[in-house]
Amino acid sequence: MKKTKTNWLYSQIVKEHFLNPKNVLWDEKNYQADGKGMAGNPICGDVMMVCIKVDLKTQKIKDCKWRTYGCGAAIASTSMLSVMVTEKGGMTLKKALNLKPQEIIKRLGGLPVLKFHCSVLGQAALKEAINDYFKKQKRKK
Amino acid sequence: MKQIYLDYAATTYIDPGVLQKMLPYLTTAYGNASSLYSLGREAKTAIDMARKDVAKILGVLPQEIILTGSGTESANLAIYGIAKAYQDKGDHVIVSKIEHKAVLESAKRLEKEGFRVTYLDIDSQGIVNLNELKKALNKKTILVSIMYANNEIGTIQPIFEISKIITKFKKENLLPAFHSDACQAAGALSLKIKDLGVDFLTLNGSKIYGPKGSGCLYKNQNFKIEPLIVGGSQEMGLRAGTENPALIVGFSEALKLAEKLRKKENWRLRILRDYLIKKVLKTIPVSQLNGHPQKRLPHNINLSFAGIEGESLVLKLDQYGISVSTGSACTSTDLTPSHVLLALGLPEDLTHGSLRLTLGRKTTKEDLDYVLKILPPVVKKLRKMSAIRL
Ligand SMILES: Cc1ncc(COP(=O)(O)O)c(C=O)c1O
Repeated sequence: MKKTKTNWLYSQIVKEHFLNPKNVLWDEKNYQADGKGMAGNPICGDVMMVCIKVDLKTQKIKDCKWRTYGCGAAIASTSMLSVMVTEKGGMTLKKALNLKPQEIIKRLGGLPVLKFHCSVLGQAALKEAINDYFKKQKRKK
Repeated sequence: MKQIYLDYAATTYIDPGVLQKMLPYLTTAYGNASSLYSLGREAKTAIDMARKDVAKILGVLPQEIILTGSGTESANLAIYGIAKAYQDKGDHVIVSKIEHKAVLESAKRLEKEGFRVTYLDIDSQGIVNLNELKKALNKKTILVSIMYANNEIGTIQPIFEISKIITKFKKENLLPAFHSDACQAAGALSLKIKDLGVDFLTLNGSKIYGPKGSGCLYKNQNFKIEPLIVGGSQEMGLRAGTENPALIVGFSEALKLAEKLRKKENWRLRILRDYLIKKVLKTIPVSQLNGHPQKRLPHNINLSFAGIEGESLVLKLDQYGISVSTGSACTSTDLTPSHVLLALGLPEDLTHGSLRLTLGRKTTKEDLDYVLKILPPVVKKLRKMSAIRL
């Protein structure tokens, strides 16, 4: 079959994640997060909020939900991030803390250079969420 | 899927009748207007006629019309050309903060060369502060450039009032010259120079159902300018290079048609515009209209929705076949939000959440009803997934 050329602004994967974002936190009231993090600034046009649930025993991320204020690339980046940290039984917190924005960009099939910061912000929000989780654990002890 | 184009301020399609008039000059009538034989004379005649037609619409002399390759070129030629021609008379230029980049970047270039530039503020509805203009005018001022109507928020400036202020200031002197960028005004507002009181006027073809890459600069014959492009003696030595008769004919035919349809289209579009604005403000909470409610182009709508970002809104609407634009930073190449919306005093988040819809000849009420069906749930959904809570 002839490959149809798309005229979309970003890659096909970004498009899929933008139009059908995965793991959006639609219902915050009924969501018990173990850790919550925010990154970005409305003045710059990007704010991301990431929530995680952690398996106490394995220290792996069981669930990740998010909300993003931002452009198409920002929304797709957070969506992809949430997929990456929860797939294959969940990412360990240690690995998630060291997740590189480049890895998100790669999985998205690339982002325009100008939009690299979108993936950085998602990662920053995730880090905040993990650190929030650690803080809460400490308090429990 | 339905395709609804609501970005006529970005550019328009070429009117089919205009295209027909252009075609011979792209095919059989390919002569060079400087040649002496008939094929060349045919091109020259076409250009002369086009120039006359444009001049007639502006109510000026044909030799006062310089045909150019775009609105940007016309604005550059006016600003740079005047500054260079009169640099011995002064070094001060006044522009408004909401000019198109074609004007702003020309002014910035002059600044780099040692000219001083005053950037006039606007009020919260987008009208240039005339007191600031009065205060800024001085003996060294050689040029004032204020746009006729703004491309983002559609605000119409009181050009004649501004010209009176300048005329009163200059008394018997020639300077400062007054230039106005009328790219967005053509087809909507009167272009009669005597009603505007300007010395220079920039127009282009791409917004008036004519070809892109066409335009003109009106230059009052009492003024001189320094050309940007030198070479042959085309365009009275002010714009060298073999003329493009197809584009020139296309531009003048488009302008003639726009002028013919102006009153009727204005009437129709104004009703459509106000219908959409009213409905959107009523159905979408925390939304606002940017710019002036009345002193605005009949086809311009600029809205802001708190809590969401414009690029994602534009991309979502594109999925429904609706083509619109935004002043959000995320769509600009330098990640800064629209300078026009910022000059209005809008907080940054509302500049990011801006949406511009500009109507045109093919826009119908059905189109707008379709938008009214799609837009509110799209905004609602983006707000629901936004990290900012209203
Ligand atoms: C107000 C205004 N001035 C100048 C221009 C530049 O015109 P062009 O694209 O023909 O260079 C435009 C259109 O982009 C415009 O809207």
